[in-house]
Amino acid sequence: MKKPLIIIPAFNEEEHVVSVIAGIRDSFPECEILVLNDGSTDRTAILARGTGCLVMDLPIHFGYGNTLQTGYKYALQNDYEYVIQVDGDGQHDPGSIEVIFKELIKAECDIIIGSRFFNNNYKTPFLRKLGMRLFAKMAGMITNEAFSDPTSGFRGFNKKAIKLYCKDLYPSDFPDVDLIIMSTRCGLKIKEVPVNMRPASGRKSMHSGLRPVYYVFKMFLSIAVNLLRNKDI
Amino acid sequence: MTPRQKMFAILACVFLIVIIIDLVRRRKLREEFSWLWLMAGAVIMILSIWDSLLISFAKFIGIETPVSAILFFAIVFIFSIALHFSIKISSLTNQIKNLAQEIALCKIKCGKGADDKDRK
Repeated sequence: MKKPLIIIPAFNEEEHVVSVIAGIRDSFPECEILVLNDGSTDRTAILARGTGCLVMDLPIHFGYGNTLQTGYKYALQNDYEYVIQVDGDGQHDPGSIEVIFKELIKAECDIIIGSRFFNNNYKTPFLRKLGMRLFAKMAGMITNEAFSDPTSGFRGFNKKAIKLYCKDLYPSDFPDVDLIIMSTRCGLKIKEVPVNMRPASGRKSMHSGLRPVYYVFKMFLSIAVNLLRNKDI
Repeated sequence: MTPRQKMFAILACVFLIVIIIDLVRRRKLREEFSWLWLMAGAVIMILSIWDSLLISFAKFIGIETPVSAILFFAIVFIFSIALHFSIKISSLTNQIKNLAQEIALCKIKCGKGADDKDRK
């Protein structure tokens, strides 16, 4: 199946899910869309089904990483060659899906990351920017490649990457920098391409309250243990 | 150890062992979790009966009083059982994740997801 599978992880995204799907269909009609409803308590699933696309209901609220992994497992079972993940909150511009897909079918790299910092029009709060820079530097140092936006969730994968991510070693809560490091250590090639991203909508983000503290801690730990593990995981 | 301390320690151990065995008998506690508790009970019992063993061991590791040595071992035991549970919970979490993913994948395969929602 050469058509890519677009997976949209969505948790309580009733405000955005329909427009995200419509945006994807407008700018990239040659794809299958799978909405991963991560135990939403609002009308996300109903609205998504209303658009006629495939919706997978997860039986419990799983968190971002586990939800995405379910999408990869679906892709693997149904023999998709490529998967592109687009967040359900409308932050990722569907117009950029094609950029990622074109890069994927060149078959030079296994993972394509959409970076918001190539076109310098994305505004982030200072602390978050600092954190992103720090992790970008760390990822660069460990993998010997430069990353401008390793925390971006706008990514595309080929089958080789999908196969790896279906294993239990896939990090379940915040698959960002540690995933990049794990992937390069497993021999996958990663490339960044410029994409457009809108600033996060006003509502509560995945990174609010004490979450950033846990995030930084988890990332450091996860990177450290990744380096301690055998390469051929 | 004074005879009173000894008596109390032995009684507490007997009580613990009886409760654990009864829990296993009534299938409230799985065998795989009971062995650590039973072992702890047995060790405290042995050390309370032959307190000379405890005293020489306490001296060997540099603890002044045998009672402190018992408390130290109790804390070590509680830490190890808590760690054991954390490991177990981690593996259970992973198993639940895989099961739930499997359910979601099966549901979409049978087209059941849509049906269920329609019924609601």
